[in-house]
This record gives sequence, structure tokens and C-alpha cells, in this order.
Amino acid sequence: MDKLDQLVQQATAEFAGAADGVQLEQAKARFLGKTGVLTEQLKSLGKLAPEERRAAGAEINRAKDAIEAALEARRNALREAVLLAQLAAEALDVTLPGRGTSVGGLHPVSRTLERIEGLFRSIGFVVADGPEIETDWHNFTALNTPENHPARSMHDTFYLEGNDEVLLRTHTSPVQVRAMLDHAARHAGREHMPELRIIAPGRVYRVDSDATHSPMFHQVEGLWIGENVSFADLKGVIADFLRKFFETEDLQVRFRPSFFPFTEPSAEIDVAFMSGALKGRWLEIAGCGMVHPNVLRFGGIDPERYTGFAFGMGPDRLTMLRYGVNDLRLFFEGDLRFLSQFR
Amino acid sequence: MQFSEQWLRSLVNPPLDSEALGHLMTMAGLEVEESAPVAPPFSGVVVARIVEAEKHPNADKLKLCKVDAGQGELLQIVCGAPNAAVGMTVPCAIVGAKLPGFEIKAAKLRGVESFGMLCSARELGLSEDHAGLMDLPADAPVGMNLREYLALDDTLFTIKLTPNRSDCLSLLGVGREVAALTGQSLLVPEVVAVKPTLDDRRDIVLDVPAACPRYCGRIVRGVDAKAPTPDWMKQRLQRCGVRSISALVDVTNYVMLELGQPLHAFDNARLSGAIHVRYPREGEQVLLLNEQTITPAADTLLIADETRALALAGIMGGEESGITLDTTDMFLESAFFAPDAIAGRARSYGFVSDASHRFERGVDFELAASAIERATQLILEICGGAAGPVVEAVSKEHLPARKAVRLRPARARRLLGIDPDNAAIVKLLNGVHLGVRHEGEDLLVVPPSFRFDIEIEEDLIEEIARLYGYDNIPALPPQGGLAMLDRSESGRSVWDVRHLLAGRDYQEVVNYAFVEEAWERDFCSNDTPIQLANPIASQMSVMRSSLIPGLAGNLVANRKRQLSRVRVFEIGRCFERKADGEPVAGFHQPVRVAGLAAGSALPEQWGAPTRNVDFYDVKGDVEALFAPRALKFEPVSEPALHPGRAAAVLLEGRRIGVVGEIHPVWVQRYELGVAPVVFELDVDAALLADLPAYAEISRQPAVTRDLALVVEQALPVARVIEVLNESAPAIVKGVELFDVYHGKGIDPGKKSLAFRVLMQDTQRTLEDAEVDAAVTTIVQHAETVLGARLRG
Repeated sequence: MDKLDQLVQQATAEFAGAADGVQLEQAKARFLGKTGVLTEQLKSLGKLAPEERRAAGAEINRAKDAIEAALEARRNALREAVLLAQLAAEALDVTLPGRGTSVGGLHPVSRTLERIEGLFRSIGFVVADGPEIETDWHNFTALNTPENHPARSMHDTFYLEGNDEVLLRTHTSPVQVRAMLDHAARHAGREHMPELRIIAPGRVYRVDSDATHSPMFHQVEGLWIGENVSFADLKGVIADFLRKFFETEDLQVRFRPSFFPFTEPSAEIDVAFMSGALKGRWLEIAGCGMVHPNVLRFGGIDPERYTGFAFGMGPDRLTMLRYGVNDLRLFFEGDLRFLSQFR
Repeated sequence: MQFSEQWLRSLVNPPLDSEALGHLMTMAGLEVEESAPVAPPFSGVVVARIVEAEKHPNADKLKLCKVDAGQGELLQIVCGAPNAAVGMTVPCAIVGAKLPGFEIKAAKLRGVESFGMLCSARELGLSEDHAGLMDLPADAPVGMNLREYLALDDTLFTIKLTPNRSDCLSLLGVGREVAALTGQSLLVPEVVAVKPTLDDRRDIVLDVPAACPRYCGRIVRGVDAKAPTPDWMKQRLQRCGVRSISALVDVTNYVMLELGQPLHAFDNARLSGAIHVRYPREGEQVLLLNEQTITPAADTLLIADETRALALAGIMGGEESGITLDTTDMFLESAFFAPDAIAGRARSYGFVSDASHRFERGVDFELAASAIERATQLILEICGGAAGPVVEAVSKEHLPARKAVRLRPARARRLLGIDPDNAAIVKLLNGVHLGVRHEGEDLLVVPPSFRFDIEIEEDLIEEIARLYGYDNIPALPPQGGLAMLDRSESGRSVWDVRHLLAGRDYQEVVNYAFVEEAWERDFCSNDTPIQLANPIASQMSVMRSSLIPGLAGNLVANRKRQLSRVRVFEIGRCFERKADGEPVAGFHQPVRVAGLAAGSALPEQWGAPTRNVDFYDVKGDVEALFAPRALKFEPVSEPALHPGRAAAVLLEGRRIGVVGEIHPVWVQRYELGVAPVVFELDVDAALLADLPAYAEISRQPAVTRDLALVVEQALPVARVIEVLNESAPAIVKGVELFDVYHGKGIDPGKKSLAFRVLMQDTQRTLEDAEVDAAVTTIVQHAETVLGARLRG
């Protein structure tokens, strides 16, 4: 092996031995620097005869290329090693918790109300609202419940001191009356009154308090008035709603004759789940019926021409069933340990 | 109403088991709320008589009995009951009997063989009584199965009747309904008119025939008021939840339960002259059977004699004219009172009675005469005596009219979405005793005297639906024109507000709208809150005018549960007095959104310094709620809030709410921890949103310059920004505050505000000179207007 090959080997070995960039540059200088071994070789070419000079020059240049290649390879390797070391040093414990704030949540009954609104919106119901301090007329009289009507004993009504004309609404049904009056006025004098489809969620009040009754609770009123709305439609809408709300076909829905002054015929709606903890038990979740002709009249709508159905359901109860909550009072106690479970 | 299934079956006995019968009633509108067996299942228990009872040879507390249980030979039974005695008639579980929880086997007890067990009522699950053996009547037939003897194979039905179905407030009424629904025949209890054996009679005067159009009365003399009520009657009463009192009272209750006619028994010796049914006289008082003395209102109907008021008609008898155990002569009342004359009266005196419950809903107005006969018949049977004639006062024109109600079958079909033909409809109506006449296409329907709920066509349509069966009405997906609903983009829903606040770490709560009066006074300076006339508790007696006190209450409650970081919000109505309030005059009922944040700004975590939430954190939440709309904040004084750390929130110049720290006085009084921050805003304002509009984006480079101004400590930053903006040339696109500094290098009473000024032109690159000039303009204006000084 000639001397040049030895030089290449020697350089490669020294580069490999360089532990960092500085050592590598020092090694480079020993071979390729101004006074480096290879530079000396090139300088010595001048001493050769011209005919030898070309061949020897080519040999030396080849060796130089080989050394430079070795140098570059070593530089890359060292750079790579530095990067790896840096990356290793920068490694995080990715299992540490993320920083920043947490999120809050909606009240469980709000979740239910939002779903109910969404489901009824999808078949063209719009949201209506009404006052909670309501007139006796809207809460009772216009709903076909005159003074001394036995049905008034079904409601234990909160009254306000010094004012017999107003009360805390005992149900969301007065919204029906307000919506009908408004609708009838808006379309007065026209040949054809468009259909009225509303849903009215809100708080209602009754003098009652135990594990299943709260003096304030929620109701959702629904109303559909049109020229050909029937009890069969009512059954269809409610059954559809309940299956969509509970996201199951595994549900029996029963309409049971009942009595409300503002609907006739009237029904209570019971559901029974076919599986789960409440399997087979009939649970009362809503009242409904065909709007009583007197109520239509109070609402400014001709009962001969238009018919309709109304329903009032208990979203608190629906929420309890949906999430397995067993005490109504939990909804109104503001206990964050309870409420934060519904995020 | 609670009643015994066996009693009902004595009137109508359809081939249905108890469960099916209950379902039938429920689905006909007589909701069975509860059905419970009279006794738990057991077998092998018979009526037995103790023939011998000796002390057990090996045990002091046990007795060795010989018992005749009708088994052919006497049974030897060891018994531990203290009351076991010779001659006693008791239930005996014979070998092989199955009792609740165990089976009877022949066994040796302390060395003596025992072939059965003598039972207490509790061992049979009949009551909680376990003091000793159940003492049966001496005439109970030995050997008879106890279940048969006590009629224990019976179910107690409790039905929840709607107020329109007063006709079902009796066994007869329920029976009539069950018969109609099953096609079975109804065995109406036979009422034989009692032949009067006395001439004694008391005249009856209907002073108010519209309120009381029919009154039947009869004198029965020589009754034994102390006679025992027969067991069968006691049992039926008991199974209807009615306590046996005395035979005379029991009979009136029994007839009411059986036929639905409330009756009243007066002590005839305590009456004088004719009976009047009249309204009260000025100042008249009645001492009622419930020992309550009332001064009846002018519209409360009375039963009176010629000297005084005796009873509240159709509601409750009087203590001074009622029967006692010493009564020998009685006067029996069976009347019809118009529902309107009774409705609400009892409740206005703070009670209800079985009679008022029935009369206010409607009692069969043709029933009075037969009910008084039925009662007389039972009284004579049980208490003996002799009856006078029934005196009936009636004003026929004041009895309820039973006018024909027109039914258009086509309308019924349309309203219900079903298709029975006219003949089928007539058949359904006839089944419940509704008379039907045809008139062209229409049917004219006449209700019977016991129905008070058939006045208009819809009442008949309801009957048809009920009898047709709600289950048989199809559930149809409704048909309608498909029109899309409005969905404005220039507004948000209240759900968006909820989700936004939840996203900023607030948990929604729902608080009662009625609150403690002190909260209103302290937090709202409201000395005249809207008060409930009938609150359920004193801490829920006034309507809230702000949501903030409720949130403070949530903070207190959660702090008690060791949660110190509390972030809650509520959206709900508040209530204020306002003469011209809409839609209910006298009240303003705005929906507000309010939030409260207390405790650390961030949830406890590594790598972030812990600090308490402050005014600016919550202000940021409020700003985010309205972004990109800009709000203005002005110092404000509010009773609930720290006077130096509270702001009114303004949107387009209109005040929409407040944000601030709770006043330290309330923080201390209500133990709210460290300076909670709250906000309360009109929800309507938060629902407004602008439709986004595009503005061209500049392609030219932007230049920023930072400048620090030293101003008076008390000068609001908003004012400084306003002044900086008002002098800014057009190239200035924004002035942002990025630091506020007090301390070293700044005079006390001053503060240094650092602003970053962003400048850009849409058409060209800005030159240094114009940028410098712009900054100079701004600074000079601030110096002139605010006395600001550029910080070196």
C-alpha cells in the first residue's frame, strides 16, 4: 500500500477519533490545512519531473477527495449526534397535565331543554316565552278554569301579597294563550291563518316540596293549531319525540285518559322502558290533549275551523330518567359536585 | 278513592284477574294509583279454638295447647303467646302451611311435640300487632280456611279520579263503568223502600232552591246507637280506608261509598221545628264536627232549624246537632246541593270532607230518595227503631238540566283521527247510559243524572275516545307543509350564551326565584320586595330582583362542601315593580344572565402561579361574551358591590348590567371567602350580534412604535385611550395598552402606561418620518389634554 492510501486511512481514523467539532477541525488542519500533510504533498509535486507530476497530482487529489469525504461524513455524524443529544435533553414528561383553565357546563335540565327544543325545531316548532308572574286570567280563566273550578285545587298556587290578579304561573300553559292571541292578531282578517306550532320551556311554581316535588320546577309546553290537527297526530308527535329523546326504540308509550280543563279529550302520557333499572314500570311524564274549544276562543281562534293539540311535559323528570338522577331537589341546590357531572 | 276489589266484584264480576281489571280501569281514565293485596300470600291457616292450655312441662313461658282446628282430632300445639287461653278462637297454621317466609312442620319444642302454630296478626302479615294471638270472633266457624273467613283474597284498589268523574266516587259508579267497558251486567244493590211505621215528620224548607233543589229527610226513632257495626260492613269500610265509628255513622258512610250519596245524621232531639236550607245570617256561627268554630261566609249554604244554624250544607255537620252514642231518635238527611253552591267553600275554611269533595264535583240528583231508603233499611237492621215517612222537598226547575248535546260524528272522527261509523259511535255512547237520538247526520245525546261532565260536543268526543280506547287510536306522523324556520344570523340564542360561559369555566345553576328578604335588602337595597302571600318558608318569601344573591348562596353552600374555587352562572328571570310593566302590568320581569367567580383564577395546577380571580378576569369574561362588540365600563356604586371595584357595563351607550367585586361588608356577613367577583347583565343585550362585514386587508408592511406615558394615578385608562385615538392620524390602526406600572422611577400618585401603536397604510410603505410625526402628534395631544408626560 502506498503512502497516500495510508494517509487516507490515517485521516479517516483521526476524524473518527474526534469527539466534537473542534477536535475534528484540528484533525482537518493536520491533513488539509496550509501546513497539512496533504498540502505538503501537493507542494512537493513541483520537485517531480513534469511527466510524473500529472499522474502523481491525480493520485494526491484523489486522496484529498477521499479525506474530504471522510471529513464531511464525520461532520454529519457529529451534527447528528449533537441534535440527538439536544433532543434528548429537551424531552418532556408528556404525562404531566395540560395547563390552563378547565371548562364549566350546562345545568342538566338545560341540556334536556336544549335537546327538546332542537327536536321540536326539526319539525317546525318555534320557541315561545311568557312571564312567570302571570295574570290569573292567563293562568286559569283563559285556560277554561274559572274561579271555584275543582281543577284549581289541583294547583297549589303561589299568590303575591296584596294583589289577587296575579300569581306565579303554575304551568307553562298560559304561554299557549299568549301565543294564540298574538298569532290570531297577526293574521286577523286574512283568508287563511297559517299553522301555529310553538314550544315553550320555562320555570313554573307550585306550593309543594318533597323528594319528588319542588316549589319551582320546569315545564315544556307544546302547541300545534291547524285546520286538520287530530289526536292521532298528537300521539304520533309525542311517540316520535320520546323515542328520539331517549334515543331508543326500546320504549313503550301509553296515552291514558285524564282530565285537564284546557284540553278535551285529555291524556296522561306514560312511558315504560323495556330494559334497565326501571324496566316495565309505567312512568308519568306529560299531560296532553286536544285544545278545548273555550281555550281556542279565549285565544281568538275559531274552534269550528281550527283544531289543535297541546302538551305539557316535565323536563326535570325527563332529565332524571335520562341520567338516572333520583332526587329532584339536587337540581336546585347548586352543588357543584352534582352539577359538574353533566359536562 | 280506595276500595275493595271484592266489593266491586259483588256488583260486577268480569272474567279478568286483578291486574287486568286494574289496567282496564286505568285505561278508561280511572287511574289505578295503587293496588295492594289485603294479605300476603299464605296457605294452610284455619280458624281454630283452644280447648286446653297448660303450662309446658319444660318451659315457663310456653303453653301446651290442645286445639280444635276442625281436623277430626285435637292438635297438640306448643304456643308462646301470653294471651293463649282456653276458649279463644284463633288462626292456626296446620302442618304443611306456608306462611310469609316459612313453612310449618311438626316439631319438638323443648321435648314436646307440636303439630302446628297459633298465629298473631303480624305472623300472617295482616297487621303489625304481635302482642299475642289474633283474637277471632267467638262465632268464627272452626276449621274454616282463614282466608275465606276474613275474605283475604282481596285487593285494595286506589284510583285517582279526575275532577270530571264524580260519578265514579262510589262502588256503584265504578261498577257501572266496569260493566260498560266489559259488557257485563251490573248488579245494582237492591233498595227496598222502608214502610213508615211512624207518622213523625219534619218539614223542610228550601230557602235557596237554586243551591239546594232537593232535600229528603226522615225521622227514625228508637235506634240503638250503641249497637255494634256488623263485621262485613266494618271490613268493607276499613278496606275503603274509612274508620268504623258507630253503627249510625258507619251506615251513612257505607251508603255514600256504595251509592255515592253523602248523608248526614242529626240527633232529632236536638232539632226544633222545620229544617231550612239557607244562607247564613249576620254573625252566625257554627261549631263543626271537627271542633272548628267558623263564621260562615255569605255564600256558604247552611242547614238550619227554626232556631239556629246546624251544619254547613254538603260540607260538614255541626257538633251540637250531631248524633252521639246516646242518640235514640235521629233525623236523616239525603240531599242534592248544586256543585256551584259547594265548590271551594270547604277549602276556604281550610279543610275538605268526603261530602264536599263529592258535592262540588256533582252527585246524582236523582239518588237522594233511594239512598235514604237504603240507609234506613240498614239502620233498622243494625240499630233497630221505627222509621217515619221520607219528606222530600224539591224544586224541579232548579235541578240540573240535562239538555241534549249535539254530536257531529264526522267532527269526532276528524278530531280523533279514527273512523268508527255512526252505529259504532251510538253503541259506545249507549254503553255508558247516554241516550242518543238521531237528527239528520247529527246525534243528539242526553247524559244521565249522574254525569256532570257532558255539556258540549267535545265532552262526547272524549267519551268516544275513551270508550274506543286511546290505545286503538293510531299514532300518525303529522303531515304539514315544509317551510324552513327563520334563523337570523344577527342574533344569538340563549344557548350560545350558556355554551360560551360554560366554555369559560362557569357551571350553570338553577336557583329558586323566591329568596330571603334579607338578601334583597342587603344586596339590592330593596326594602319593598315583591312578597309572596303564601311562601313555603321564610327564606323563600320574596321574589328576587337580582340573580347575584342566589349565586352568593351557591358560593356559601359549596364552600361548606370544601370547594373553594367556585365559578357559577345562572340565566333566569328577575322581578321588579313597574307600573306599566309588560306583559303583566305592575311588574318588570327581565331575563338576566349573572355569573360569580371566587377562589383561584385557574384550577390548581403545576407550573402556573396561584392567584385569586380578580375584577379584570371576570371583566374579560364579560367582554368575551359580547365580542366582537365593544363594551364600555364606568365606575358605579351598587349596594351589592365594592364601590371602588365595580363598573356599569354599557353597550352602545345603554347600561346593560354591572360587573364588580362583592362588597366586603357582605363578604364578611355572608362568609363568602375572598373577594368574589360577579357580573349581571340583561340577556337580551347578549343576544345581539353583528353580521360580519369584510374590510380590505392591507398588503403593506405594518410599523409599530411603543410609547410610555406617565399620567395621574386616578385617570381612567379608557380616557387615555380615547384621547390617544382622537388625535391619531389615519395611518394609526390601533393603540393597545400592554403595561401598567407604578413604583420605582414613577412619582407616587402617578402611573406609567405603555402603549403599542400600530401604523399601516393600505397603499404604500410608511416612511420613518411620518411614523415619527404620527407618534409625536399623539403624544403632544395627550400632554395637552391629559397632562401626560412621555416617559424617558
